[in-house]
Amino acid sequence: MSDQAAAAVHEEGHNPALLHHFAEPEQQRDAASLGMWVFLATELMFFGGMFCAYLIYRLKYFGDFAAASSTLNTALGATNTGVLICSSLTVVLAVWVAQTARRTLLITSLILTLILGCAFLGIKGVEYHDKFVEHHVPGPSFSFENEPIPGHPGQFANPNHAQIYFALYFIMTGLHAVHMIIGIGIFVWLLTLAWKRRLTPEYNTPVEIGGLYWHFVDIVWIYLFPLLYLIDKHK
Amino acid sequence: MATAVAQPVERENYLNKEYGALSWLFTTDHKRIALLYLASITFFFFIGGFFALLIRLELLTPVGDLVQADTYNKLFTMHGMVMVFFFLIPSIPAVLGNFLVPLMIGAKDLAFPRVNLLSWYLYIIGGVIMLHCMLTGGVDTGWTFYTPFSTAYTNTKIVEAGIAIFIAGFSSILTGLNFVVTIHRMRAPGMTWSRLPLFIWAHYATSIVQLLGTPVIAITILLVAAERLLHLGIFDPRLGGDPLLFQHLFWFYSHPAVYIMILPSMGVISEVIACYTRKRIFGYKFVALSSIGIAVLGFLVWAHHMFVAGISVYAALVFSLLSYAVGVPSAVKVFNWTATMYRGSIHYDAPMLYAFGFLGLFTIGGLTGLFLACLGVDPHVTDTYFVVAHFHYIMVGGAVMGYLGGMHFWWPKISGRLYPEGWAKLAALIVFIGFNLTFFPQFILGYLGMPRRYYQYPGEFQVLNVLSTAGATVLGIGYLLPMVYFLWSMRYGKPAPDNPWNAAGLEWQTQSPPTTFNFDQEPVVTWEAYNYEQLGEFPPEQEARGV
Repeated sequence: MSDQAAAAVHEEGHNPALLHHFAEPEQQRDAASLGMWVFLATELMFFGGMFCAYLIYRLKYFGDFAAASSTLNTALGATNTGVLICSSLTVVLAVWVAQTARRTLLITSLILTLILGCAFLGIKGVEYHDKFVEHHVPGPSFSFENEPIPGHPGQFANPNHAQIYFALYFIMTGLHAVHMIIGIGIFVWLLTLAWKRRLTPEYNTPVEIGGLYWHFVDIVWIYLFPLLYLIDKHK
Repeated sequence: MATAVAQPVERENYLNKEYGALSWLFTTDHKRIALLYLASITFFFFIGGFFALLIRLELLTPVGDLVQADTYNKLFTMHGMVMVFFFLIPSIPAVLGNFLVPLMIGAKDLAFPRVNLLSWYLYIIGGVIMLHCMLTGGVDTGWTFYTPFSTAYTNTKIVEAGIAIFIAGFSSILTGLNFVVTIHRMRAPGMTWSRLPLFIWAHYATSIVQLLGTPVIAITILLVAAERLLHLGIFDPRLGGDPLLFQHLFWFYSHPAVYIMILPSMGVISEVIACYTRKRIFGYKFVALSSIGIAVLGFLVWAHHMFVAGISVYAALVFSLLSYAVGVPSAVKVFNWTATMYRGSIHYDAPMLYAFGFLGLFTIGGLTGLFLACLGVDPHVTDTYFVVAHFHYIMVGGAVMGYLGGMHFWWPKISGRLYPEGWAKLAALIVFIGFNLTFFPQFILGYLGMPRRYYQYPGEFQVLNVLSTAGATVLGIGYLLPMVYFLWSMRYGKPAPDNPWNAAGLEWQTQSPPTTFNFDQEPVVTWEAYNYEQLGEFPPEQEARGV
């Protein structure tokens, strides 16, 4: 009986994208979208724990954190911020053209997003490499001797406290990079959907929720950049 | 009631639709996933119970004779980790919640059936890693992972246990996410928020806690693992780190986690009490909103676990006050349930016996929680058996009583068979007696000053410890019994009618067991929740319930 009922629903709907347990496409899209928003709330708490740890130590060891932060390459960080903001633009474009059924534009903006995402990871890789060469990766080979505290001539940063800064720097940016990699995976999947003509003006939920995820990952970086790179740059 | 008598051919349902292991391992049916969870959490329950048994056996005598300190430390740690992360947190939401949330709101399935299956696989992966961790040495820090012991000193398998809990945590997040979206978007026409069963309200509140709390423990475990592997210093005072930060992050999840365990149980109790007193729940709106109140306040009280850890007196004062505040929504529930029973037509069936047990034990657990929230009393009883007794009254006396009550109440719907009422009443009684015999002496032990987590104790504490161990044995039998007769009833039990208790709620309006898509036609709700005035009396025993 239930099989027939399900089949009947599918026949009535004539919509292969409509899953059996939803009454109508509208409900399915709303559920997917709400699901992504709720998931992003959990992500907020996930990063929130780290931001909290970071802020506490930043208040506690401000000078040491400023010294450690000043060894980061602000120019590369700023470039990466720009890259991500541009990628947000291409994502918005992708969502818009998916709703208005312009396949070539959709594929173009998805590819542009992917390129910008990869560029971000490449630049991040260069920065990680620099830190590795400078022995700023926390662990047995970490070294931060005789680094001056900015604005306090003659004072040097405590290497242990600087190590906490770099530990948080690597964990926070590292988890952000993991999220970027997942985002790139999602966008490759969206690209194959667009390529196979599976996205229509009626059914483009994947682009919408993939876009939500991408924007969230961007926003995390928008907070990470000033917190990690620009600690004492306001002076 | 005639349906109970004549059922010549078993109708097609979610159990007999397909057979074979693959039809279970690749199912996306929320009801089948609930049963997968049921089997897995039962397995972990008995593993956790086995550790508890060894703990109680060791404490039979004042000296360490069965195990020594190192092994004892591992026993209580693994007992805690298995029971908390692999039994209590998934227990009601993943089994009864998974089964009932779509049925109760008139949906065909949860919003994301494949995500639901994924959550079970994540649970299993986490569980297998946890089993491997236990079999190859285990962990000895206590389930709380306190730093810097866990990150700099112990040489047990912290990272592996952490990974197991991290993965199981994602399973919990996905279940919560599915519930929130399902409750928002999948309700049948007419099923307004004010008509939702209180079980749904409780699961909604639980899901909020799962969603907002679990990610924090995930990042905390990640930091502990990184700290342990690379000695970063984040939680190590020798390197400038702060162990208190760990405790703050840990309890930010782990205190609300208690509400993940108790809120669904409260949902079960609301359903059971309404049915077995044949009345609408008194103050429906207050009971519903008190679930949300508990979820919200539950996030604001975590530092009451840290009164003696070195937080400032001012912070302790605030957290003490907020902890008292959680008592308000909890009391709202207890008083409203009691008021529901007043002049109700009460039937003393097994689920109702568990509900009575819950009411008494949860009240004791809650009131002793106020002792612990009190800044004056807490230093005296902190880290003693008083605390152990207190949280077992909530987590076992409350959560597990609700779980068992719910399992009995919905067993006819889940299995299509009736459980044997006489045995069930006996088991409920044994559980209640065994539970109190185990844990009430621990209140006294703690108050007299016996610290928790020691394998030895002064001789004058032996009488109470022997009582407690005897109680644990009785409790163990009480837990084995339902497992035996539930399994028995799946084959030999009397076929259950669609609505054996003449209960309100959409889940009772479809067949037992339901079909894969739950309802033949989408239900339209035109009545309020718990419309027992219209439903009339409880069915006579011999006809409906096969006694």
